[in-house]
Amino acid sequence: MRRPITLYGLTFSLPLLLWQILFFVFPLVFLVALSFWTVKNFTMRPDFDVVNWTTMFSRGVFWQSYFTTLALAAAASVLTSVLAFPAAYAIAFKLSDTARRWAVFLMVIPFFTSYLVRIYSWQIFLSDNGIINVILGWIGLGPFQMLNTVGGTMIGYLTLSFPLVVLLQLFSLVFIDRTLIEAAHNMRCGRIRTVFEVIIPSGRTGLVIAGLFCFILSFGDFVSPVYLGGGEPTTLSILITDTTKSGQQWPRAAVIALTMIGTLLIVAFAAVKFAYKGKSK
Amino acid sequence: MSGSDDLNRSAAVNWALITYVVLAYAFVFAPIAASFVFSFNSDRFPSIPLGEFSLDWYRAVAQDPLVWEGARNTLVVGVVVGLVSTALGFGAAYTDYRYTFFGKQVYLALALLPPTIPVIILGLAMLAYLSRVNLSGNALSVIISHVVVCAPFAMAIIRLRLSQMDPALEPAAWNLGASEWKAMRHVIVPFTMPAILGALFITMAVSFDEFAVAWFVSGLNETLPVKVLGFLQGQVSPRINAIGSFVFILSMTLVILAQLLLSGRSAQTAEKE
Repeated sequence: MRRPITLYGLTFSLPLLLWQILFFVFPLVFLVALSFWTVKNFTMRPDFDVVNWTTMFSRGVFWQSYFTTLALAAAASVLTSVLAFPAAYAIAFKLSDTARRWAVFLMVIPFFTSYLVRIYSWQIFLSDNGIINVILGWIGLGPFQMLNTVGGTMIGYLTLSFPLVVLLQLFSLVFIDRTLIEAAHNMRCGRIRTVFEVIIPSGRTGLVIAGLFCFILSFGDFVSPVYLGGGEPTTLSILITDTTKSGQQWPRAAVIALTMIGTLLIVAFAAVKFAYKGKSK
Repeated sequence: MSGSDDLNRSAAVNWALITYVVLAYAFVFAPIAASFVFSFNSDRFPSIPLGEFSLDWYRAVAQDPLVWEGARNTLVVGVVVGLVSTALGFGAAYTDYRYTFFGKQVYLALALLPPTIPVIILGLAMLAYLSRVNLSGNALSVIISHVVVCAPFAMAIIRLRLSQMDPALEPAAWNLGASEWKAMRHVIVPFTMPAILGALFITMAVSFDEFAVAWFVSGLNETLPVKVLGFLQGQVSPRINAIGSFVFILSMTLVILAQLLLSGRSAQTAEKE
Protein backbone atom coordinates (compact mmCIF):
# COMPACT_ATOMS: atom_id res chain seq x y z
CA MET A 1 0.00 0.00 0.00
CA ARG A 2 1.33 3.41 -0.94
CA ARG A 3 0.90 6.25 1.47
CA PRO A 4 1.36 9.86 0.48
CA ILE A 5 4.50 11.54 1.72
CA THR A 6 3.63 13.38 4.90
CA LEU A 7 5.40 15.88 7.08
CA TYR A 8 5.11 13.33 9.86
CA GLY A 9 6.92 10.61 7.92
CA LEU A 10 9.64 12.95 6.70
CA THR A 11 10.36 14.17 10.23
CA PHE A 12 11.55 10.69 11.10
CA SER A 13 13.13 9.47 7.89
CA LEU A 14 14.88 12.58 6.58
CA PRO A 15 17.37 13.51 9.35
CA LEU A 16 19.43 10.33 9.10
CA LEU A 17 19.29 10.39 5.31
CA LEU A 18 20.55 13.97 5.19
CA TRP A 19 23.26 13.31 7.79
CA GLN A 20 24.60 10.24 6.00
CA ILE A 21 24.52 11.97 2.60
CA LEU A 22 26.24 15.09 3.93
CA PHE A 23 28.80 13.41 6.17
CA PHE A 24 29.22 9.90 4.76
CA VAL A 25 28.52 9.89 1.02
CA PHE A 26 29.97 13.33 0.32
CA PRO A 27 33.30 12.67 2.10
CA LEU A 28 33.73 9.41 0.17
CA VAL A 29 32.85 11.11 -3.12
CA PHE A 30 35.18 13.96 -2.24
CA LEU A 31 37.93 11.38 -1.69
CA VAL A 32 37.56 10.40 -5.35
CA ALA A 33 37.82 14.03 -6.46
CA LEU A 34 40.76 14.60 -4.13
CA SER A 35 42.72 11.78 -5.72
CA PHE A 36 42.91 13.88 -8.92
CA TRP A 37 44.11 17.06 -7.23
CA THR A 38 47.69 18.19 -7.46
CA VAL A 39 50.12 19.34 -4.80
CA LYS A 40 52.47 22.19 -5.57
CA ASN A 41 54.70 23.90 -3.00
CA PHE A 42 52.99 22.00 -0.21
CA THR A 43 49.54 23.29 -1.07
CA MET A 44 46.77 21.30 -2.67
CA ARG A 45 44.83 22.70 -5.56
CA PRO A 46 41.76 21.38 -7.33
CA ASP A 47 42.75 19.79 -10.59
CA PHE A 48 42.03 16.87 -12.82
CA ASP A 49 45.31 15.09 -13.10
CA VAL A 50 45.95 11.36 -12.94
CA VAL A 51 49.47 12.01 -11.64
CA ASN A 52 48.72 10.69 -8.13
CA TRP A 53 47.39 7.45 -9.52
CA THR A 54 50.30 6.94 -11.88
CA THR A 55 52.91 7.85 -9.23
CA MET A 56 51.45 5.52 -6.62
CA PHE A 57 50.82 2.65 -9.02
CA SER A 58 54.29 2.82 -10.48
CA ARG A 59 55.95 2.53 -7.07
CA GLY A 60 57.26 -0.86 -6.07
CA VAL A 61 56.79 -0.04 -2.41
CA PHE A 62 53.06 0.55 -2.96
CA TRP A 63 52.49 -2.83 -4.57
CA GLN A 64 54.70 -4.50 -2.02
CA SER A 65 52.57 -3.15 0.84
CA TYR A 66 49.43 -3.90 -1.14
CA PHE A 67 50.20 -7.59 -1.42
CA THR A 68 51.60 -7.74 2.12
CA THR A 69 48.36 -6.29 3.47
CA LEU A 70 46.29 -8.63 1.33
CA ALA A 71 48.28 -11.66 2.50
CA LEU A 72 48.21 -10.61 6.17
CA ALA A 73 44.46 -9.97 6.12
CA ALA A 74 43.78 -13.26 4.33
CA ALA A 75 46.00 -15.14 6.78
CA ALA A 76 44.26 -13.43 9.70
CA SER A 77 40.81 -14.41 8.39
CA VAL A 78 41.78 -18.04 7.95
CA LEU A 79 43.64 -18.23 11.28
CA THR A 80 40.88 -16.48 13.22
CA SER A 81 38.12 -18.57 11.62
CA VAL A 82 39.97 -21.82 12.29
CA LEU A 83 40.79 -20.90 15.90
CA ALA A 84 37.32 -19.53 16.59
CA PHE A 85 35.40 -22.47 15.17
CA PRO A 86 36.02 -25.06 17.94
CA ALA A 87 35.07 -22.44 20.52
CA ALA A 88 31.89 -21.45 18.68
CA TYR A 89 31.08 -25.13 18.12
CA ALA A 90 31.50 -25.98 21.80
CA ILE A 91 29.47 -22.97 22.95
CA ALA A 92 26.71 -23.80 20.49
CA PHE A 93 26.44 -27.53 21.13
CA LYS A 94 28.07 -28.36 24.46
CA LEU A 95 26.87 -25.67 26.85
CA SER A 96 23.56 -25.31 28.66
CA ASP A 97 21.32 -22.40 27.72
CA THR A 98 22.35 -20.41 30.79
CA ALA A 99 26.05 -21.05 30.23
CA ARG A 100 25.65 -20.07 26.58
CA ARG A 101 24.03 -16.77 27.54
CA TRP A 102 26.95 -16.03 29.86
CA ALA A 103 29.41 -17.01 27.15
CA VAL A 104 27.79 -14.55 24.74
CA PHE A 105 27.73 -11.80 27.36
CA LEU A 106 31.43 -12.31 28.13
CA MET A 107 32.35 -12.27 24.43
CA VAL A 108 30.60 -8.90 24.07
CA ILE A 109 32.69 -7.24 26.80
CA PRO A 110 35.84 -6.81 24.65
CA PHE A 111 33.88 -4.56 22.27
CA PHE A 112 33.62 -2.03 25.07
CA THR A 113 37.24 -2.05 26.09
CA SER A 114 39.72 0.12 24.33
CA TYR A 115 41.50 -1.72 21.53
CA LEU A 116 44.55 0.50 22.10
CA VAL A 117 44.75 -0.47 25.75
CA ARG A 118 44.54 -4.16 24.88
CA ILE A 119 47.32 -3.77 22.32
CA TYR A 120 49.52 -2.00 24.86
CA SER A 121 48.74 -4.82 27.25
CA TRP A 122 49.94 -7.37 24.72
CA GLN A 123 53.24 -5.50 24.60
CA ILE A 124 53.59 -6.36 28.31
CA PHE A 125 53.13 -10.03 27.46
CA LEU A 126 55.23 -10.19 24.32
CA SER A 127 58.21 -7.92 24.91
CA ASP A 128 61.71 -9.38 25.37
CA ASN A 129 61.44 -9.09 29.16
CA GLY A 130 57.70 -9.57 29.11
CA ILE A 131 55.49 -12.02 30.94
CA ILE A 132 55.70 -14.85 28.41
CA ASN A 133 59.49 -14.72 28.14
CA VAL A 134 59.85 -14.63 31.94
CA ILE A 135 57.68 -17.73 32.26
CA LEU A 136 59.58 -19.46 29.47
CA GLY A 137 62.80 -18.49 31.24
CA TRP A 138 61.70 -20.42 34.33
CA ILE A 139 61.75 -23.63 32.33
CA GLY A 140 64.99 -22.63 30.62
CA LEU A 141 63.62 -21.50 27.26
CA GLY A 142 63.98 -18.33 25.29
CA PRO A 143 63.95 -15.43 25.32
CA PHE A 144 62.16 -15.30 22.00
CA GLN A 145 61.50 -12.17 20.07
CA MET A 146 57.73 -11.89 19.76
CA LEU A 147 57.20 -8.16 19.70
CA ASN A 148 57.85 -6.46 16.34
CA THR A 149 57.30 -9.63 14.37
CA VAL A 150 54.58 -10.75 11.97
CA GLY A 151 53.44 -13.12 14.72
CA GLY A 152 52.90 -10.09 16.94
CA THR A 153 50.79 -8.46 14.24
CA MET A 154 48.71 -11.64 14.01
CA ILE A 155 48.06 -11.62 17.76
CA GLY A 156 46.85 -8.06 17.34
CA TYR A 157 44.52 -9.02 14.49
CA LEU A 158 43.21 -11.90 16.63
CA THR A 159 42.59 -9.48 19.49
CA LEU A 160 40.68 -7.26 17.10
CA SER A 161 38.39 -9.81 15.47
CA PHE A 162 38.36 -13.06 17.47
CA PRO A 163 35.36 -12.08 19.67
CA LEU A 164 33.33 -10.89 16.67
CA VAL A 165 34.14 -14.01 14.64
CA VAL A 166 33.20 -16.33 17.53
CA LEU A 167 29.87 -14.52 17.97
CA LEU A 168 29.02 -14.55 14.26
CA GLN A 169 29.96 -18.23 13.93
CA LEU A 170 27.98 -19.00 17.06
CA PHE A 171 24.84 -17.34 15.68
CA SER A 172 25.07 -19.34 12.48
CA LEU A 173 25.66 -22.62 14.36
CA VAL A 174 22.81 -22.07 16.84
CA PHE A 175 20.32 -21.82 13.97
CA ILE A 176 21.37 -25.09 12.33
CA ASP A 177 18.53 -27.58 12.28
CA ARG A 178 19.42 -30.06 15.04
CA THR A 179 17.51 -32.86 13.34
CA LEU A 180 20.08 -32.77 10.53
CA ILE A 181 22.83 -33.54 13.03
CA GLU A 182 20.81 -36.27 14.69
CA ALA A 183 20.04 -37.79 11.31
CA ALA A 184 23.74 -37.86 10.52
CA HIS A 185 24.48 -39.54 13.85
CA ASN A 186 21.70 -42.07 13.33
CA MET A 187 23.22 -43.00 10.02
CA ARG A 188 26.49 -43.67 11.85
CA CYS A 189 28.22 -40.64 10.49
CA GLY A 190 31.28 -40.01 12.68
CA ARG A 191 31.69 -36.90 14.78
CA ILE A 192 34.39 -35.29 12.66
CA ARG A 193 32.63 -36.22 9.46
CA THR A 194 29.40 -34.69 10.79
CA VAL A 195 31.26 -31.44 11.42
CA PHE A 196 32.71 -31.27 7.94
CA GLU A 197 29.81 -32.67 5.94
CA VAL A 198 26.77 -31.42 7.85
CA ILE A 199 27.59 -28.57 10.22
CA ILE A 200 30.06 -26.53 8.17
CA PRO A 201 27.98 -26.68 4.96
CA SER A 202 24.78 -25.73 6.83
CA GLY A 203 26.45 -22.86 8.65
CA ARG A 204 28.42 -21.75 5.60
CA THR A 205 26.74 -18.37 5.20
CA GLY A 206 27.55 -17.24 8.73
CA LEU A 207 31.03 -18.75 8.72
CA VAL A 208 32.00 -16.97 5.50
CA ILE A 209 30.51 -13.65 6.66
CA ALA A 210 32.47 -13.99 9.93
CA GLY A 211 35.69 -14.52 7.95
CA LEU A 212 34.81 -11.53 5.75
CA PHE A 213 34.44 -9.26 8.77
CA CYS A 214 37.82 -10.41 10.04
CA PHE A 215 39.30 -9.60 6.63
CA ILE A 216 37.76 -6.12 6.57
CA LEU A 217 38.92 -5.32 10.11
CA SER A 218 42.48 -6.62 9.64
CA PHE A 219 42.84 -5.04 6.20
CA GLY A 220 42.22 -1.55 7.58
CA ASP A 221 43.87 -1.82 10.99
CA PHE A 222 46.99 0.26 11.58
CA VAL A 223 47.44 -0.30 15.32
CA SER A 224 48.57 -3.93 15.36
CA PRO A 225 51.06 -3.69 12.49
CA VAL A 226 52.65 -0.63 14.12
CA TYR A 227 52.62 -1.41 17.85
CA LEU A 228 52.95 -5.21 17.78
CA GLY A 229 54.49 -5.69 14.34
CA GLY A 230 56.98 -2.84 14.66
CA GLY A 231 55.84 -1.20 11.42
CA GLU A 232 57.60 -3.84 9.33
CA PRO A 233 56.46 -4.88 6.79
CA THR A 234 54.60 -1.70 5.85
CA THR A 235 50.88 -2.20 5.39
CA LEU A 236 48.56 0.03 3.38
CA SER A 237 47.07 1.43 6.58
CA ILE A 238 50.54 2.51 7.75
CA LEU A 239 51.16 3.99 4.31
CA ILE A 240 47.94 6.03 4.58
CA THR A 241 48.71 7.44 8.03
CA ASP A 242 52.29 8.27 7.02
CA THR A 243 51.20 9.93 3.78
CA THR A 244 48.44 11.90 5.52
CA LYS A 245 50.19 12.93 8.69
CA SER A 246 53.56 13.86 7.24
CA GLY A 247 53.38 16.45 4.52
CA GLN A 248 50.47 17.53 2.40
CA GLN A 249 50.17 14.42 0.29
CA TRP A 250 46.48 13.87 0.92
CA PRO A 251 45.73 13.19 -2.78
CA ARG A 252 48.15 10.25 -2.70
CA ALA A 253 46.62 8.99 0.53
CA ALA A 254 43.26 9.20 -1.23
CA VAL A 255 44.60 6.96 -3.99
CA ILE A 256 45.64 4.36 -1.39
CA ALA A 257 42.28 4.62 0.39
CA LEU A 258 40.32 4.20 -2.84
CA THR A 259 42.42 1.21 -3.84
CA MET A 260 41.62 -0.30 -0.45
CA ILE A 261 37.89 0.36 -0.86
CA GLY A 262 37.96 -1.19 -4.33
CA THR A 263 39.75 -4.27 -3.02
CA LEU A 264 37.37 -4.62 -0.10
CA LEU A 265 34.35 -4.32 -2.42
CA ILE A 266 35.69 -7.11 -4.65
CA VAL A 267 36.50 -9.35 -1.68
CA ALA A 268 33.13 -8.64 -0.01
CA PHE A 269 31.24 -9.27 -3.23
CA ALA A 270 33.04 -12.58 -3.85
CA ALA A 271 32.58 -13.68 -0.23
CA VAL A 272 28.87 -12.86 -0.16
CA LYS A 273 28.38 -14.59 -3.48
CA PHE A 274 30.13 -17.68 -2.16
CA ALA A 275 28.26 -17.51 1.15
CA TYR A 276 24.84 -17.54 -0.52
CA LYS A 277 25.79 -19.84 -3.41
CA GLY A 278 22.99 -22.31 -4.08
CA LYS A 279 20.65 -20.61 -1.61
CA SER A 280 18.18 -19.00 -3.96
CA LYS A 281 15.74 -17.64 -1.46
CA MET B 1 31.64 -52.77 25.26
CA SER B 2 31.87 -50.64 22.20
CA GLY B 3 29.05 -48.54 23.64
CA SER B 4 31.02 -47.54 26.73
CA ASP B 5 34.05 -46.87 24.54
CA ASP B 6 31.98 -44.43 22.54
CA LEU B 7 30.82 -42.80 25.73
CA ASN B 8 34.35 -42.42 27.07
CA ARG B 9 35.58 -41.01 23.83
CA SER B 10 32.82 -38.47 23.59
CA ALA B 11 33.33 -37.46 27.23
CA ALA B 12 37.01 -36.89 26.47
CA VAL B 13 36.14 -34.86 23.38
CA ASN B 14 33.68 -32.79 25.39
CA TRP B 15 36.31 -32.05 28.01
CA ALA B 16 38.80 -31.10 25.33
CA LEU B 17 36.26 -28.74 23.76
CA ILE B 18 35.35 -27.12 27.08
CA THR B 19 39.06 -26.67 27.88
CA TYR B 20 39.46 -25.04 24.49
CA VAL B 21 36.63 -22.61 25.23
CA VAL B 22 38.25 -21.69 28.55
CA LEU B 23 41.56 -21.07 26.76
CA ALA B 24 39.81 -18.94 24.15
CA TYR B 25 38.29 -16.78 26.88
CA ALA B 26 41.68 -16.61 28.61
CA PHE B 27 43.17 -15.24 25.38
CA VAL B 28 40.41 -12.65 25.06
CA PHE B 29 40.59 -11.52 28.69
CA ALA B 30 44.35 -11.76 29.26
CA PRO B 31 45.08 -8.25 27.96
CA ILE B 32 42.08 -6.75 29.76
CA ALA B 33 43.01 -8.36 33.08
CA ALA B 34 46.70 -7.54 32.69
CA SER B 35 45.97 -3.90 32.03
CA PHE B 36 43.91 -3.82 35.21
CA VAL B 37 46.56 -5.54 37.34
CA PHE B 38 49.48 -3.53 36.01
CA SER B 39 47.67 -0.24 36.50
CA PHE B 40 48.32 -0.81 40.25
CA ASN B 41 51.91 -1.90 39.76
CA SER B 42 54.84 0.39 40.48
CA ASP B 43 57.23 -0.74 37.70
CA ARG B 44 57.96 1.56 34.81
CA PHE B 45 58.41 -1.41 32.48
CA PRO B 46 55.71 -3.82 33.58
CA SER B 47 56.40 -7.55 33.70
CA ILE B 48 56.38 -10.33 36.27
CA PRO B 49 57.25 -10.70 39.09
CA LEU B 50 55.03 -7.80 40.06
CA GLY B 51 56.51 -4.76 41.75
CA GLU B 52 54.82 -3.03 44.64
CA PHE B 53 51.22 -2.02 44.82
CA SER B 54 50.98 1.63 43.89
CA LEU B 55 48.54 4.25 42.75
CA ASP B 56 51.31 6.25 41.07
CA TRP B 57 49.95 5.82 37.55
CA TYR B 58 46.51 6.96 38.58
CA ARG B 59 48.11 9.92 40.34
CA ALA B 60 50.20 10.73 37.25
CA VAL B 61 47.10 10.59 35.10
CA ALA B 62 45.03 12.64 37.52
CA GLN B 63 47.71 15.34 37.64
CA ASP B 64 48.03 15.62 33.87
CA PRO B 65 45.91 18.59 32.74
CA LEU B 66 45.98 17.29 29.16
CA VAL B 67 44.34 14.05 30.27
CA TRP B 68 41.59 16.01 32.01
CA GLU B 69 41.06 18.07 28.91
CA GLY B 70 40.90 14.88 26.86
CA ALA B 71 38.43 13.36 29.30
CA ARG B 72 36.27 16.47 29.12
CA ASN B 73 36.31 16.39 25.30
CA THR B 74 35.50 12.67 25.30
CA LEU B 75 32.58 13.20 27.65
CA VAL B 76 31.12 16.15 25.75
CA VAL B 77 31.57 14.39 22.41
CA GLY B 78 30.18 11.10 23.76
CA VAL B 79 27.04 12.63 25.24
CA VAL B 80 26.23 14.70 22.14
CA VAL B 81 27.02 11.76 19.83
CA GLY B 82 24.80 9.48 21.93
CA LEU B 83 21.85 11.89 21.81
CA VAL B 84 22.13 12.72 18.11
CA SER B 85 22.82 9.13 16.97
CA THR B 86 19.92 7.79 19.01
CA ALA B 87 17.53 10.41 17.61
CA LEU B 88 18.64 9.75 14.02
CA GLY B 89 18.68 5.99 14.59
CA PHE B 90 15.19 6.07 16.05
CA GLY B 91 13.88 7.92 13.01
CA ALA B 92 15.50 5.46 10.63
CA ALA B 93 14.29 2.43 12.61
CA TYR B 94 10.74 3.78 12.63
CA THR B 95 10.95 4.53 8.90
CA ASP B 96 12.04 0.97 8.20
CA TYR B 97 9.33 -0.39 10.52
CA ARG B 98 6.45 1.56 9.07
CA TYR B 99 7.09 2.60 5.49
CA THR B 100 7.81 0.89 2.21
CA PHE B 101 9.01 3.17 -0.52
CA PHE B 102 11.04 3.29 -3.71
CA GLY B 103 14.75 3.20 -2.90
CA LYS B 104 14.32 1.76 0.57
CA GLN B 105 17.26 -0.60 0.01
CA VAL B 106 19.52 2.39 -0.64
CA TYR B 107 18.13 4.14 2.42
CA LEU B 108 18.88 1.10 4.60
CA ALA B 109 22.33 0.71 3.10
CA LEU B 110 23.13 4.32 4.01
CA ALA B 111 21.71 3.73 7.47
CA LEU B 112 23.72 0.58 8.18
CA LEU B 113 26.92 0.55 6.05
CA PRO B 114 29.22 3.14 7.69
CA PRO B 115 30.64 0.82 10.39
CA THR B 116 31.90 -1.59 7.72
CA ILE B 117 34.16 1.05 6.12
CA PRO B 118 37.65 0.81 7.66
CA VAL B 119 38.03 3.66 10.15
CA ILE B 120 41.30 4.73 8.63
CA ILE B 121 39.64 5.41 5.28
CA LEU B 122 36.70 7.11 6.95
CA GLY B 123 39.15 9.20 8.97
CA LEU B 124 41.00 10.36 5.87
CA ALA B 125 37.78 11.09 3.95
CA MET B 126 36.35 13.00 6.92
CA LEU B 127 39.53 15.01 7.44
CA ALA B 128 39.77 15.98 3.78
CA TYR B 129 36.07 16.82 3.44
CA LEU B 130 35.56 18.59 6.77
CA SER B 131 38.65 20.73 6.37
CA ARG B 132 37.32 21.71 2.93
CA VAL B 133 34.09 22.99 4.48
CA ASN B 134 35.99 24.51 7.43
CA LEU B 135 34.70 22.13 10.04
CA SER B 136 37.83 20.18 10.89
CA GLY B 137 40.11 20.36 13.89
CA ASN B 138 37.52 20.81 16.59
CA ALA B 139 35.17 18.84 18.78
CA LEU B 140 32.33 19.40 16.32
CA SER B 141 34.20 17.48 13.61
CA VAL B 142 34.64 14.52 15.96
CA ILE B 143 30.94 14.64 16.81
CA ILE B 144 29.94 14.73 13.14
CA SER B 145 32.07 11.73 12.22
CA HIS B 146 31.18 9.71 15.30
CA VAL B 147 27.47 10.11 14.61
CA VAL B 148 28.04 8.66 11.13
CA VAL B 149 29.52 5.54 12.72
CA CYS B 150 27.23 5.33 15.78
CA ALA B 151 23.78 6.02 14.29
CA PRO B 152 23.67 2.58 12.59
CA PHE B 153 24.12 0.86 15.99
CA ALA B 154 21.25 2.89 17.45
CA MET B 155 19.10 2.10 14.44
CA ALA B 156 19.76 -1.65 14.74
CA ILE B 157 18.98 -1.75 18.47
CA ILE B 158 15.74 0.24 18.19
CA ARG B 159 14.63 -1.62 15.05
CA LEU B 160 14.97 -4.89 16.95
CA ARG B 161 12.68 -3.59 19.66
CA LEU B 162 10.12 -2.34 17.14
CA SER B 163 9.96 -5.78 15.59
CA GLN B 164 8.80 -7.12 18.96
CA MET B 165 5.83 -4.75 18.93
CA ASP B 166 2.38 -5.93 17.90
CA PRO B 167 1.94 -4.25 14.49
CA ALA B 168 -1.76 -3.67 15.26
CA LEU B 169 -0.95 -1.44 18.21
CA GLU B 170 -0.30 1.77 16.29
CA PRO B 171 -3.32 1.44 13.93
CA ALA B 172 -5.45 0.71 17.00
CA ALA B 173 -4.41 4.04 18.51
CA TRP B 174 -5.32 5.83 15.23
CA ASN B 175 -8.72 4.13 15.19
CA LEU B 176 -9.33 5.37 18.69
CA GLY B 177 -8.85 8.88 17.40
CA ALA B 178 -5.18 9.53 18.14
CA SER B 179 -3.30 11.57 15.58
CA GLU B 180 -0.07 10.12 14.17
CA TRP B 181 1.92 12.36 16.50
CA LYS B 182 -0.12 11.34 19.52
CA ALA B 183 0.23 7.64 18.67
CA MET B 184 3.96 8.18 18.38
CA ARG B 185 4.13 9.87 21.77
CA HIS B 186 1.84 7.52 23.67
CA VAL B 187 2.41 4.17 21.94
CA ILE B 188 5.66 3.92 19.99
CA VAL B 189 7.98 5.95 22.23
CA PRO B 190 6.94 4.29 25.52
CA PHE B 191 7.23 0.85 23.96
CA THR B 192 10.70 1.47 22.54
CA MET B 193 11.97 3.46 25.55
CA PRO B 194 14.24 0.69 26.90
CA ALA B 195 15.82 0.31 23.45
CA ILE B 196 16.15 4.08 23.13
CA LEU B 197 18.05 4.26 26.43
CA GLY B 198 20.04 1.16 25.50
CA ALA B 199 21.01 2.73 22.19
CA LEU B 200 21.96 5.94 23.98
CA PHE B 201 24.39 4.14 26.29
CA ILE B 202 25.82 1.84 23.63
CA THR B 203 26.49 4.67 21.19
CA MET B 204 28.12 6.67 23.99
CA ALA B 205 30.33 3.69 24.81
CA VAL B 206 31.30 3.28 21.14
CA SER B 207 32.20 6.97 20.91
CA PHE B 208 34.24 6.79 24.15
CA ASP B 209 36.52 4.14 22.65
CA GLU B 210 36.81 5.35 19.07
CA PHE B 211 40.29 6.70 18.38
CA ALA B 212 41.13 6.40 14.68
CA VAL B 213 38.62 8.76 13.11
CA ALA B 214 38.95 11.08 16.11
CA TRP B 215 42.73 11.06 15.64
CA PHE B 216 42.39 12.22 12.05
CA VAL B 217 39.82 14.96 12.54
CA SER B 218 40.25 16.20 16.11
CA GLY B 219 43.23 18.52 15.59
CA LEU B 220 44.12 20.07 18.92
CA ASN B 221 40.88 19.03 20.63
CA GLU B 222 42.02 15.50 21.29
CA THR B 223 39.72 13.02 22.96
CA LEU B 224 41.02 10.63 25.59
CA PRO B 225 41.57 7.64 23.24
CA VAL B 226 43.57 9.89 20.92
CA LYS B 227 45.63 10.87 23.95
CA VAL B 228 46.22 7.18 24.66
CA LEU B 229 47.41 6.76 21.09
CA GLY B 230 49.85 9.58 21.81
CA PHE B 231 51.11 7.80 24.93
CA LEU B 232 51.53 4.65 22.88
CA GLN B 233 53.59 6.55 20.28
CA GLY B 234 55.72 8.45 22.73
CA GLN B 235 56.97 7.47 26.12
CA VAL B 236 55.37 4.06 26.49
CA SER B 237 53.99 4.19 29.96
CA PRO B 238 51.73 2.27 32.32
CA ARG B 239 49.56 5.39 32.42
CA ILE B 240 47.75 3.75 29.54
CA ASN B 241 46.70 1.00 31.96
CA ALA B 242 45.35 3.50 34.44
CA ILE B 243 43.35 5.37 31.80
CA GLY B 244 42.24 2.09 30.24
CA SER B 245 40.98 0.63 33.52
CA PHE B 246 39.13 3.83 34.31
CA VAL B 247 37.45 4.03 30.90
CA PHE B 248 36.71 0.29 31.04
CA ILE B 249 34.76 0.70 34.27
CA LEU B 250 32.89 3.65 32.79
CA SER B 251 32.01 1.83 29.54
CA MET B 252 31.00 -1.35 31.36
CA THR B 253 28.70 0.64 33.65
CA LEU B 254 26.99 2.05 30.57
CA VAL B 255 26.74 -1.34 28.88
CA ILE B 256 25.38 -3.10 31.97
CA LEU B 257 22.86 -0.28 32.43
CA ALA B 258 21.81 -0.73 28.83
CA GLN B 259 21.61 -4.49 29.26
CA LEU B 260 19.46 -4.19 32.40
CA LEU B 261 17.13 -1.77 30.63
CA LEU B 262 16.84 -3.94 27.54
CA SER B 263 16.26 -7.25 29.32
CA GLY B 264 14.35 -5.94 32.36
CA ARG B 265 11.72 -4.09 30.39
CA SER B 266 11.15 -6.80 27.82
CA ALA B 267 10.73 -9.33 30.63
CA GLN B 268 8.11 -7.02 32.13
CA THR B 269 6.15 -6.78 28.90
CA ALA B 270 6.44 -10.53 28.45
CA GLU B 271 4.87 -10.98 31.87
CA LYS B 272 2.02 -8.66 31.03
CA GLU B 273 1.17 -10.57 27.88
